[in-house]
Amino acid sequence: MSEGIKTVPLDAAHRARGGQMVPFAGYSMPLHYGSIRGEHLAVRERAGLFDVSHMGEVNVTGPGALDFLERLVTNDVSKLISGRALYTVMCHPDGGIVDDLLVYRDEVGYLCVVNAARHDVDLDWMRQSLSGYDALISDVSPETVLLAVQGPQAKQIVQSLSLGEKLDSIRYYHHRFGELAGVPVRISRTGYTGEDGFELYANAADAERLWSALLEAGEPQGLIPAGLGARDTLRLEAGFRLYGQDIDEAADPLSAGLGWVVKPTKGPFVGSEALAAIAAAPPRTFIGMQLGPREIPRHGHAIYQGSKRVGEVTSGSFGFTVGAGLAMGYVEPASAAPGTELRIQLRVDPPQWAEAPVVALPFYKRPEI
Amino acid sequence: MPDLSAYRFTKTHEWVREEGTGEAVVGITDHAQAQLGDVIFLELPKVGASVGAGTRFGAVESVKAASDLYSPVSGEVIAVNPDVSASPELVNQDPHGKGWLIRLRVAGDLPSDLLDSAAYDSFAQADSH
Repeated sequence: MSEGIKTVPLDAAHRARGGQMVPFAGYSMPLHYGSIRGEHLAVRERAGLFDVSHMGEVNVTGPGALDFLERLVTNDVSKLISGRALYTVMCHPDGGIVDDLLVYRDEVGYLCVVNAARHDVDLDWMRQSLSGYDALISDVSPETVLLAVQGPQAKQIVQSLSLGEKLDSIRYYHHRFGELAGVPVRISRTGYTGEDGFELYANAADAERLWSALLEAGEPQGLIPAGLGARDTLRLEAGFRLYGQDIDEAADPLSAGLGWVVKPTKGPFVGSEALAAIAAAPPRTFIGMQLGPREIPRHGHAIYQGSKRVGEVTSGSFGFTVGAGLAMGYVEPASAAPGTELRIQLRVDPPQWAEAPVVALPFYKRPEI
Repeated sequence: MPDLSAYRFTKTHEWVREEGTGEAVVGITDHAQAQLGDVIFLELPKVGASVGAGTRFGAVESVKAASDLYSPVSGEVIAVNPDVSASPELVNQDPHGKGWLIRLRVAGDLPSDLLDSAAYDSFAQADSH
């Protein structure tokens, strides 16, 4: 193992379950426990348990917390009431995305959940932006474990560990403090897979207890542990952007199709002027493309319309549920309409091309219950 | 681990097993399948095609990457594993057995630069760092 790689509190538990550990964003994380395909399908059909404790958790509290966050992020935090969660991005003054994040509000203050790979940059950026605000930033990542239970059986599994509380009342993008298997947990109805499910925040000291209780409770329903490999193919089918691939400091939220988290009417925020100018004429558009079952696009592949290069794939893989190669990426706005016949160059030498019609995102939508 | 004393290996992570009748079976190594992750599909030659030692005979496409396949030996393809096209996960589950790829009628001797199991293991370990 390389130097400076951190381990998550459940490292031993992953190895005991046969997790293939790989370095990811500075952490040793399970890529899979035997089969990415098996874990992907388990989440779509039954349930999967993910350890995503590499994610960063940052508390923002104090009388100036709301004003600070309103300035920092693009979405309207003033609309966020206690018990709810909000997806947003924070931008540089030029509109480039510093990170995408979830913001929770509770009775005490706000919790920001950021990408592991951006954790240090985000903290610096938040601290720099803090001057003039009566607010406090505290990084609680090291003592926080984050487990995600995702899939059609997730609710029943988590419910079985909760005495008394009806989890049905926690609606999508809501959260509540509760107790699961005797462990104090922030129970959030959120996820990154396109399925119903929960993200559970607990103290690192309780990680083993919560992990084991969930695995045991979920076994009859077919719950299995799932790694980052399945997380990536699941989020791709669901059309979720991944920081570092689909969005980065060179991307703005409007071009990335995240205009719905940008609220110009709320008042000035970091990047608001630049984004107003970009909104008038976005230089590129984020799209989805569906290929054949034996054509797998990859990050960096060129996208053509006719003989003209119009863009580049930012995320590409195989969608195990859709049964086809799937790509997301940026193209010139004139090439972005669903149905547009694009081609992706899968290979340069010898040249290999795939028909890649533009399709509306997401590629996969879970059946209505 | 199965007994791999009858196997010889390439530095491009294929194996070959001589069958004693002038025939040989070719596949990819356990190390290769672990690096590639779940195999999605394989591009393999047709029966009757001839392959040369060290030349490309196909490709394996996994959830992580596309990777070319190079033949450890020269010869003529006399069979292509029918099971791996329907169930490419066999390559992950049993790369040295049920996940074999092609059977060849070998032309000439095995190249002298192929590695035995122990030599391949140390090569593969060094390769993954």
